[in-house]
Amino acid sequence: MALTGVQIFKLLPKTNCKKCGYPTCLAFAMKLAQRQASIEDCPDVSEEAKRTLGEEAAPPIRPVTIGMGEKAVTMGEEMVLFRHDKKFFHPTVYAVQIKDTAPEADAAATIDEVLASEMERVGQHLRIDALYLSNESGESAPLEALVKLAAEKAPGFPLIIAATDASVASEALAYVEGSKPLLFGANAENLESMCRLAREKGASLGLVAKSLEEASELTEKAKAHGVEDLVIDPGARKAGEILRDNTLMRRAALKKNFKPLGYPILTPVQRDDEMLETLVATVGVCKYSSIVVLSSVKKWKSLALFALRQNIYTDPQVPMQVEQKVYNIGEPDGAAPLMITTNFSLTYFIVAGEVENSKVPSRLAVMDCEGLSVLTAWAAGKFTATKIAQFIKESGVENEVANKELIIPGYVAILSGALEDKLEGWKITVGPREANAIPAFLKSR
Amino acid sequence: MAFTAPKETYPGKVYPVGMGTAEKAVIVGGENVLPFHGFEGEIPGKPLVALEVQDVPPQDWPKAVRDACESVSGDPVSWAKHCQDALGARAIALRLIGTHPDREDRSAEDAVKTVTDVLAAVQVPLVIMGSNHVEKDSQVLVAVAEAAKGRNCLIGKAQEANYKTIAAAAMANDHQLIAMSELDINLSKQLNILITQMGFAKERIVTDPMSSALGYGLEYTYSVMERIRLAALTQNDAVMQPPMLADLGMYVWKIKETTATAEDMPEWGTLPERGIAWEAATAAAFLLAGAELLVMRHPEAVEAVEKFIAEMEV
Ligand code: SF4
Repeated sequence: MALTGVQIFKLLPKTNCKKCGYPTCLAFAMKLAQRQASIEDCPDVSEEAKRTLGEEAAPPIRPVTIGMGEKAVTMGEEMVLFRHDKKFFHPTVYAVQIKDTAPEADAAATIDEVLASEMERVGQHLRIDALYLSNESGESAPLEALVKLAAEKAPGFPLIIAATDASVASEALAYVEGSKPLLFGANAENLESMCRLAREKGASLGLVAKSLEEASELTEKAKAHGVEDLVIDPGARKAGEILRDNTLMRRAALKKNFKPLGYPILTPVQRDDEMLETLVATVGVCKYSSIVVLSSVKKWKSLALFALRQNIYTDPQVPMQVEQKVYNIGEPDGAAPLMITTNFSLTYFIVAGEVENSKVPSRLAVMDCEGLSVLTAWAAGKFTATKIAQFIKESGVENEVANKELIIPGYVAILSGALEDKLEGWKITVGPREANAIPAFLKSR
Repeated sequence: MAFTAPKETYPGKVYPVGMGTAEKAVIVGGENVLPFHGFEGEIPGKPLVALEVQDVPPQDWPKAVRDACESVSGDPVSWAKHCQDALGARAIALRLIGTHPDREDRSAEDAVKTVTDVLAAVQVPLVIMGSNHVEKDSQVLVAVAEAAKGRNCLIGKAQEANYKTIAAAAMANDHQLIAMSELDINLSKQLNILITQMGFAKERIVTDPMSSALGYGLEYTYSVMERIRLAALTQNDAVMQPPMLADLGMYVWKIKETTATAEDMPEWGTLPERGIAWEAATAAAFLLAGAELLVMRHPEAVEAVEKFIAEMEV
């Protein structure tokens, strides 16, 4: 648990010398508690206090970054168990496995598929974020060739290099020194040599344990060997075990402040049955995996997993909003009906879905009401006659429709008179209150 | 620092709700832990997936899912038998969509005949749902509840505007009841209170907090479900303890991602895989959020979800 301002204050010199830039030690302590100041700003603080505060100030799940440049990904720093409490912070990284036993042409093709996986969805760029290059051959040359290929085709792209023999992985890592790969595969047997290699090559280190007990011992040992940027694979393979281990790790880190398990989690979900693999990946995304390793790139699989990650990692406090504009549903001609609603994404999805169900080509004007639903936006003064009139005029939709008729949601029927005054020459029609009545309403016109 | 697993126990539990009769009877709910947390508590039953069948041919379903039932979907009886016998469905959800005034506007008598015929043909538990037209459902569901007496069905959906007639019919004919409200934990609680105030046993309610599709509001359903389940378990709030239904097939099989062809959207990959993955992933997310009963449409999506459920047991 984080320290309070008063607890921090007790660790400070209490001289109120102002050298930190704050009028009193207490004021400085309060800022520290809110993580808006750094302990370094007090020149007189004791070493012991610094250490205590440093450990306390560290996030319960350590941030770890892999890759360089704009494709780099950061994991960890999560603060909650349930997404309704606070936004899940760093979205799960999707990594695709390539074995060093695969023919070079196949490996190259997979790398190309990964690089081409990027797509835009609801305003965000989504992609497979990392490559998981695994040393199936047990030899050094094939792994080296594969890493070299990846480094050439995708400089700086996050790489996870999976091997259990440091001497085998050493040559491969030389190709990506300086671009922060994740060396994955340290265990109780090889820990010391893997730590040494990770340190030498500036890689973060992935630990593979057989249990959570072992994982917590391994992280402590790795720290003793000077490696702190760690990722844990607690060894769970069955979907239910993944849920169990991930839940216990996140709880231990957040609720018990148990540092030895406060690291990002890597979850391999590869299955021959790729439909099942997609569902096991769902467990990882919903329940705390920072990296999910997939067996292949399939467009249908990527699309579903991208949408899932986007949903689970949206901020629950900020309603998802849809861009303000007039949307065409079907191919509306000049005589097609024009409806208006607010830009709360759920409102939009439901209304647009019902308009689609009606099979009546239509225009749907979606007005920016800061992501509020119709009634809430109206009550908050954001969905008023004046604002609607302004939006309709500025949208230019006037030039596209033959008859100036605007259909408003039944819940704001009260606005129709005022709207007719403000939108000269327009007819205002009151539509249904509930979206599920839209198909009948449109068809009966 | 030695690791001790931070296991949790809760004061509350989810009501076990029974459905069906004889050896095909099933129980949904009954657990005293978060979804799939068998490592720290009791999960007597496993989540139940009901395959959806309609009273009229599913012309409005997109091709990718319509194809999967094409040979049988012309008639609800052969469709239901196919689900039970060929596909091994553990439950069937019969949606009387044809009774909707804007659809075929089939009468309550037509619906009674369909329900009676389907019940005569299958032994697995039956979920019976109306067309979601508030007034028509009150007539239709009252009539079919009586016709299905003795089969211990789950009927609905009762909503704020029509719960009285539907709950009374379910009570009089010994069925379980779906209580549906619109994506709000307080509305859901309110409806359960209203229904129990009529004398309907809270142990016979299944809550439908309203579903959605992956990519189209899934996060709202997901979080409402998680919050309902946490209220049931941590606050031991009796009104929040019915098991939950995710009626998701109808939301999944109308969006672009399950309807657009691979020719139109080459970057989205192939159908039917894309649609199946979409429905199955939506289902998996709702199971993780706390749903115990799912209504789904594509047999291959159901198959994947059944495998998933098996793998979630530890
Ligand atoms: S610099 Fe240190 S001792 Fe001086 S006021 Fe700030 S906190 Fe207190």
